[in-house]
Amino acid sequence: MKVTVERAALLKSLGHVHRVVERRNTIPILSNVLLRAESGMLHLKATDLDLEVTEALAADVEMGGATTVPAHVLYDIVRKLPDGSQVSLETGGDTSQMLIRSGRSRFSLQALPESDFPDIAAGEMPHRFSLPAGELKRLIDKTQFAISTEETRYYLNGIYLHTIESNGMPVLRAVATDGHRLARVETAAPEGSAGMPGVIVPRKAVAEVQKLLEDADAQVSVELSPSKIRLSIGSVVLTSKLIDGTFPDYQRVIPTGNDKHLVVERASFAAAVDRVSTISSERGRAVKLALADGRLTLSVTNPDSGSATEELEVDYEAEPLDIGFNARYLLDITAQLDGDTALFKLADPGSPTLIQDREGASALYVLMPMRV
Amino acid sequence: MAGASNIFCRDCLTLTAPVRPRCPACGSPRVLSHPERDRLSIAHVDCDAFYATIEKRDAPELRDKPVIVGGGKRGVVSTACYIARTYGVRSAMPMFKALQACPHAVVIKPDMEKYARVGREVRRMMLELTPLVEPLSIDEAFLDLTGTERLHKASPAITLARFAQRVEKELGITISVGLSVNKFLAKIASDLDKPRGFSIIGEAGVDSFLAGKPVSIIHGIGAATQERLARAGLRTIDDIRARDPGEIVALVGKDGLRLHRLAHGIDTRKVDPVRETKSISAETTFNHDIRDVETLTPILWRLTEKLSFRLKKAGFAGRSVTLKLKTADFRTRTRSRSGFPPTQLARRLFDIAAPMLASECDGTAFRLIGIGASDLCDAALADTGDLADTESVRLARMERAVDNLRERFGKAAVVRGIGFAADAMRPADKKDDSRR
Repeated sequence: MKVTVERAALLKSLGHVHRVVERRNTIPILSNVLLRAESGMLHLKATDLDLEVTEALAADVEMGGATTVPAHVLYDIVRKLPDGSQVSLETGGDTSQMLIRSGRSRFSLQALPESDFPDIAAGEMPHRFSLPAGELKRLIDKTQFAISTEETRYYLNGIYLHTIESNGMPVLRAVATDGHRLARVETAAPEGSAGMPGVIVPRKAVAEVQKLLEDADAQVSVELSPSKIRLSIGSVVLTSKLIDGTFPDYQRVIPTGNDKHLVVERASFAAAVDRVSTISSERGRAVKLALADGRLTLSVTNPDSGSATEELEVDYEAEPLDIGFNARYLLDITAQLDGDTALFKLADPGSPTLIQDREGASALYVLMPMRV
Repeated sequence: MAGASNIFCRDCLTLTAPVRPRCPACGSPRVLSHPERDRLSIAHVDCDAFYATIEKRDAPELRDKPVIVGGGKRGVVSTACYIARTYGVRSAMPMFKALQACPHAVVIKPDMEKYARVGREVRRMMLELTPLVEPLSIDEAFLDLTGTERLHKASPAITLARFAQRVEKELGITISVGLSVNKFLAKIASDLDKPRGFSIIGEAGVDSFLAGKPVSIIHGIGAATQERLARAGLRTIDDIRARDPGEIVALVGKDGLRLHRLAHGIDTRKVDPVRETKSISAETTFNHDIRDVETLTPILWRLTEKLSFRLKKAGFAGRSVTLKLKTADFRTRTRSRSGFPPTQLARRLFDIAAPMLASECDGTAFRLIGIGASDLCDAALADTGDLADTESVRLARMERAVDNLRERFGKAAVVRGIGFAADAMRPADKKDDSRR
C-alpha cells in the first residue's frame, strides 16, 4: 500500500473514528484502525466489537492495499504534524510495519494484518429512512441525560427509538429513563420509518452520533435491523449493535391526571434551584418546593452545613402543596426545555410530576419526587 | 484491699490468703491472684470447643473420645474437642485431613439449631450481668462490667467466676474468661489458659506481658500483614513498639496506627452491644463438585430465598449483591453488582446474581456457592418501584403473601419451580449462617 493524503483531511477523519477505540484492550487488534487504499480513496475503520465507524477520504493512491495500526498513536502523530502538510502512508515488503512520512518526519508503526480485523457482520438492514441531522440531534440532546448507567437494568442503558401514533400523527419517538427521571421527545415520522422495530440504541453509540452530528447539517440516513442500526452522516458510517432487551412500558408511568399546574419563569427558576442547592449534601440533593397562592418557596436543609430558602413569584392556583425533588435532576430537565417558561403538572408529594415547555410540547419529562 | 481479699478460689469462691498454692476451703489449685483484680471490668468470654462440648454433654459416652463436629466427608472441621486437638485437628481444616491426623475421631454433623439454642442461653445469662454485651459470634462475647459492683455485690472478677460456674452447672458446658483493661487484652487473656480458663491482664503488667510475644497475638493481623512486617524485620510486639507509628503505617497502611497502639496495649474501642450489620449472606458447600450452570442455578435460587428471608427478618435491604464461588482447588471467586435500587426480594436478588453465575460457569468445578447482600439500608426504602419498574411493588406483595403461607404451613408450602432441582443436591454441611 502506498497512499498520500492531506494532513487536515486525515486528521478530521481519524478524529471521527479513533474515539471508538477503547484505550485499554485485551485483544490487540481492537486498538488498531484499519486503513484501506483503493481507487482514489483511503478508507478508515475502527471498532470495539459493539460499535463500528468507517469513513472514506480522497487520497492519492499510488498502490492499493490495506493494513492496521494503533489508532490513538496514528491520531496523535497526525495531530502533531504541521498544518497544511501532506502525509504519506506506506507498507513495503515487510507488512509488520507501516511507514509514515511527512516533510522531514518519519515514523514507523507496528502493523497487524488487515485479515485479522473484526467486522460487525451487519447483515440485512430491512428498514431505512432519512431525517434532517438537526432533528436527530434534537432527539438525542433532549433525552441523553436521562440514560441509565445501571448494569443490572441494561435495557435502560440507551435511547429507545420507535414509531408510534401521537395525536393522530405518526411520530418517531426517543425515550430514555434511569427510573428517577424520564425524557420523551418526538418528531414527525420520516417517510419509510413506519413499521420499524422499536430499538434501544446503546449509550456509547448515542454519544458518538451526537459528536458526528455537531458539524453536520445535511440528511442522516438510518438503516435498521432488529439487532443493529447504521447511520450514514456525510462520509461517516456508524454501525452499532442494539441493546438486546425490552424497554419498559413507559406510557404507564407518564401521568395523565395531574391537575395542579405550576408555571415558572424558566431561567430564574433554574438559577434559584442552583443557588439553594449549593448547601445540599452529596448524597441526598433534595430541594423542597412549597407552593401556595402564586408563591413558590424553594428550600434546602442540610443538617451538616445549614439551610437555604428562596422565594419566587409563580403562576399557581391549586391548593397548597409541598414536594421534594433532586436538585440535579431539576436542573438537567430545565436545561433541556426551550421556552421562557416551564409547565409543571403535579399531583401529590409521592407521585411523578410532568414537566414541559408548555401544554402539548413535543418534549416531555417525568420526574419522581423525593421524600423531604 | 490488699492481701487475702485479692485472692480467691475459682471453684468455691472462697477468699484466700496470699501465696497459697491451693484453696484452703476446697483444696482446688485454681486460685486466682492479681493486684488489679477488682479494678478491671472489660471481659471476653469464650465457650470452650463449643459445638464439640455440647455434643459431649448430650452423649456422655463420647467424653473420653476425640470428637470432631463438621460437615460430611467433603466439609470442613467446625469444632474439634480438646482430645482431637492433641492429634493436630484444627477448625476450618478440611475433613479428610482431620481424619488423616486422627482416624479414630467421632465425626458429628453440626446441629446448628441446637448450638444456637445453647448460645442464646449463654447470652441471656450474660445479659443478667450487664446490658453491655457485644456478641462476636454464637459462642463468644465482650462484656463491660464497669459499675456493676453494687448490683452484683461483688467485683467483676467474682461476678465472672460465678457466671462461669453457673454456665457449667446449668448448661453443662465450660467457658474461658479473660479480664483486662480493654477489649484487645481481654480477648488475649481469655485464650491464655483455655479450656475452663480465667486470666487477668492488669494495666501494670501489660508491657511485660506483651514483651517478646509474636505480632500474630494481635487479633486481626492476617498472614499477609505478618509477612509484610516480617520482611521489615518486625516479628515481635517489641519490634513494633520500637518503631515510629509512621513507619508502621508506611509498611501496612492506615491500619498501622492501630497496630502500633495495640502493641502498646492501647485500645479505646468501647464494648458496643449493637454492632452494625454490614452484610447478610447465605452459602452452602456441595457433596460433590458441580460445574454446570443448570445444576448451580436452582441451588442459587434456594440460597437467594434464604438470603431474602434473612433480609426481611432483619428489616434490611441490599444495594449491592455479591456472588461467591469456591473452586474445587479452594480458590474463592467473588463477583459484585451494585447501583440498583435497594431490594430485599428473592426474585430481584436472583435476577441480579444469576447472570453473574452464568458468566462464571466456564467448566470450572465448584465446591461452594454463596450469595450476600451489602451496602444495607432500611427496608422501608426497598422495592418501591420507579419510572422503569412497575413490577417490584407487585412482586413485593406476592413475596409477602408467600412468606405468610410459609410461616403458617411450613417452608415447603410454596416452592418456585426453579427450586425443585435443588432438592437433588442437598448441601454437605450447614455452614451457611453469616452476618457481619
